[in-house]
Amino acid sequence: MRKFTAKIEVKFKAGVLDPQGETIKHALLNLNYSDIESVKTGKLFWVELESESIASARKTVKELSDRLLANPVIEDFEVEIV
Amino acid sequence: MKFGVVVFPGSNCDFDSYQAIKVIGAGEVVYLWHAETSLKGVDVVVLPGGFSYGDYLRSGAIARFSPIMKSVISFAKKGGIVIGICNGFQILLETGLLPGAMRKNLGMRFVCKDVYLRVENSDSRFTRKCPRDKTLKIPIAHAEGNYFADENTLKELTETNRIVFRYSDKDGNITDSANPNGAQDNIAGIINDNGNVLGMMPHPERASEMILGSEDGKFIFESIIGEMNK
Repeated sequence: MRKFTAKIEVKFKAGVLDPQGETIKHALLNLNYSDIESVKTGKLFWVELESESIASARKTVKELSDRLLANPVIEDFEVEIV
Repeated sequence: MKFGVVVFPGSNCDFDSYQAIKVIGAGEVVYLWHAETSLKGVDVVVLPGGFSYGDYLRSGAIARFSPIMKSVISFAKKGGIVIGICNGFQILLETGLLPGAMRKNLGMRFVCKDVYLRVENSDSRFTRKCPRDKTLKIPIAHAEGNYFADENTLKELTETNRIVFRYSDKDGNITDSANPNGAQDNIAGIINDNGNVLGMMPHPERASEMILGSEDGKFIFESIIGEMNK
């Protein structure tokens, strides 16, 4: 068994409105950053785990991301083993 | 008949639900602790409002995996009556018993106020005692009630008459200004395809005694009781 750290990025699917991102965008425009086109919010998770291989670690993390960390109705996720 | 009100760490409308059911005189009410698995033989499960598990990760996401929810899910799949109010609705969405998801309110604020609901389906097990000719005045209190479902799901919900409540003005007009949170199509409450699971953002238990300003929430509990006594 080896130790791995997985980084999971969760973000809204394209087309799903992100009220927090919209609000931050407006604040940036108020700060005169007039070139800002869009702001999207998301979540980052770091999960440490023991696994046989990088492939099995990735498989486990993908599964737990789909089941719990992300809501597949509105969110996508990307897994990176760091 | 027997109601069970589930209590998660962070639930805060469990007492209100208990009180409303008692006042209506529905029969026995018991609490169901989240760490247990027994539903104690109840006929109806109430998932109350609040902030289960601190709303960590996403509202309802952690509660969905609690021991009691395993029993609630199988109870619902066997046709048992389940009503999820506010955080309870969010939990039902996370379990997949109801389709869709909640986003943060469009205005980014926690909104706590009375709203009017137009009953879109008065032939459900949760609405048969609702008056046909008027809207219901029931409060909301949430930060994440901005209902989202993909286009196909919305179409299916509409065509199968599963959108039970929509936010409206007092006279029943569905308008943007009557929409408190940005929910798609002003959706405030939906049922599953079997019609035995209801999720709604407004709080009927907070509108079940005149001392609280409205009794319109009683119609929902009375509808359930009417169905069970058939």
